[in-house]
Amino acid sequence: MKILAIESSGAQASAAILEDGKILALEQGPFKVTHSETLMPLVSRTFMVAGVRKEEIDAIAVSGGPGSFTGLRIGSATAKGLGMALKKPLIHVPTLHAMAYNFLGSGNIIVPIMDARRDQVYTGVFTFVIRPDQMIDFSIFKDSCAISITELMEYLNELTSLDGNPPLVVFLGDGVEKYENTIDELADFNYALAPDELNLQRADSVGIVGMVYYFEGLITDPDEEAPDYLRPSQAEREAAEKKQ
Amino acid sequence: MLGSKKKKDILVLGIESSCDETAAAVTRNGTEILSNVIYSQIDLHTLYGGVVPEIASRMHIAKINQVIKKALHDAQVTLEDLNAVAVTYGPGLVGALLVGVSEAKAIAWAKDLDLVGVNHIKGHVCANYIEHPDLEPPFLCLVASGGHTHLVKALDHTTYEIIGRTRDDAAGEAYDKIARAIGLGYPGGPKVEKAAQKGNPEAFAFPRARIDENPYDFSFSGVKSAVLNTINSCRMKGMEPDEAFQADVAASFQAAVIDSLRERVLMALEEFQIHRFAMAGGVASNQALRGALKEACEQKGAAFYCPSPVYCTDNAAMIAVAGYYEYMNGNTAGLDLNAVPGLRM
Repeated sequence: MKILAIESSGAQASAAILEDGKILALEQGPFKVTHSETLMPLVSRTFMVAGVRKEEIDAIAVSGGPGSFTGLRIGSATAKGLGMALKKPLIHVPTLHAMAYNFLGSGNIIVPIMDARRDQVYTGVFTFVIRPDQMIDFSIFKDSCAISITELMEYLNELTSLDGNPPLVVFLGDGVEKYENTIDELADFNYALAPDELNLQRADSVGIVGMVYYFEGLITDPDEEAPDYLRPSQAEREAAEKKQ
Repeated sequence: MLGSKKKKDILVLGIESSCDETAAAVTRNGTEILSNVIYSQIDLHTLYGGVVPEIASRMHIAKINQVIKKALHDAQVTLEDLNAVAVTYGPGLVGALLVGVSEAKAIAWAKDLDLVGVNHIKGHVCANYIEHPDLEPPFLCLVASGGHTHLVKALDHTTYEIIGRTRDDAAGEAYDKIARAIGLGYPGGPKVEKAAQKGNPEAFAFPRARIDENPYDFSFSGVKSAVLNTINSCRMKGMEPDEAFQADVAASFQAAVIDSLRERVLMALEEFQIHRFAMAGGVASNQALRGALKEACEQKGAAFYCPSPVYCTDNAAMIAVAGYYEYMNGNTAGLDLNAVPGLRM
C-alpha cells in the first residue's frame, strides 16, 4: 500500500512517498520560493527517487490546514488534480495533527503553533498514548483552532496543573520563534522547543497520518477536497461584524 | 460521436480561474468548441459590491474538479484523449490564478500531457477565431473588460503589438464604479447599459481624456471623477438621484466612454491601414459600444468582428483556443509554471 503525501501549508513545501509506513522518499523545497514553482517538481522528483510509478500509489494525502491560505490551495488543487487524473482517493490530513506526528510515540504533550497573524496562533494540544498491547494511540486534548498565545498558555497551565507529575510540553512550529518570550514568561510547567529538523511541517508526517486514516476508511473524493482555513475571509468577517 | 478523435486531431483542455469565473473547455483542432463550461460566482460577490479575491479563490477550489469533469463529459472525451492542458497564468488575481495553474500542472503531469500557459488577454483576442473562420491576422483588436483595456495589433496567432492601454481604470472597472455611485449596484456593465437606454447622452458633458505621450492610451479616471462630482452637486442641492437622473448620468457616461474608444479605433485603422477590426473582453458585450464601433468600421471600410457574449465573458474556450496556437508554436511550459498576476501581453 503506497501513499503520496503533499505538504504546502507553511514556508517550505515537501512531498513524500510511503509504503506500508516506511518512507521511500522525502523531497523538501527551498524556503521562501513560491510553492507554485516548487511543489509539482518536488512531487515528480519524489516518484523518481522512490522508484515508484505514479499509477502505483493507492491514495494521495494532503496537508489540509490550517496554514497559509494560498499555500493550502496550491496543495489542495495539486492533490485534486492528481486524484482526478490518476483516479485515486485523497486523504485530508489536519496540518497540526501531522506536525504532532513529527514526535510520533513520544509521551510528551505536543503543541504545534503556527503564526496566524492578527495576534493569534493556529494550534492544538496532542499526545501519544502507548497501550498495553504496545499500539500507539494519537490523543487530542485540544483540536485545531485559532486562538491567542495567552489563551493557549492559560489552557496549558491548567492542563498541566491537573497532573502531579505532568509530562514535558514540547512546542514546535513557525510560531515558536515569534512567541518564545511569551511562552517563557507565562509557562508554569516544564517545556522544550523542538529541534530544527522536527520543527516544521513535513510531508512524511502527513503521509504517516494519511496511512492511519486510510486504514480507518477516512478517504475523500478529490472533487470534494478543500482546505480547512479555520477562518472566514476578511470580507465575510467584516460583513458579519457589521451585522452585529 | 462528437468527441471522437481522429488520428491527427489536436484536443486541448482549457482551464480559466483568473477572476470570479471557474471555467473549463475542450477544443478540437484549434477553434472547434466541443464543450464550454462556466461556473460564475457573481451572485456571491454581488453581496460585497465587487469581487473579493479570497472568496473567489475558495470558490475555485470548491468547484474546479466538477467544472473540468463536466467539460470532459460534455465533449465526450477523457483525459487520455487530450494532447495538452492550457491554463490561464496571468494577468488576474494571484490566489485565483494559482488554483487553475496548480490543477492544470497536476493533470498534465499525471497524464503525460503537454502543459501550456496562456495569457488571459491573448485568450480574449483569440475568442474571435471561434465564430469567424475567415478572420486572419493582422487585425486591430480592442480588448476591454473589468481588468483590462488594450488596443492591440494581432501580428499572427500568438504575437501582438500593443498600441494603447489604459493609464488608470479599465473600462469595465469604470462602469462598476459609476454603477455603485449612482446606486445601481454590481455588476456595473449591464446595469449602466440598461439605465443608459432611457437617458439622454447629452444631458451632461463628461470629459473625453486625451493622453499627450501616446494618443492611443486611454484614461477613464477623469470621466469617473466628473460623474462623481455631478452626483455630489446633485446631493448638495438636497436632491437624491432619481431614476431619470440615473439614466441621464449613465447615458452621458457611456457616451463619453464610447467616444474615446471609437476615436482611437478610427485613428488606428487610418494610421496602420488595417482593414480588420475585432472586439474582445466582457465590455464587448455592450450593445451600444458594439453598434458604435461597427459603424466606425463601416465608415472606414474595415471588416468588423465580435464574439458572442458567451465568448466575451471570461471563459475557458478562448484559453483553449489561444493555448492551441501556442502549443502548435512549441510554446509549452514546465512544471514550475507560476501565476503572474501582472502578466503583460
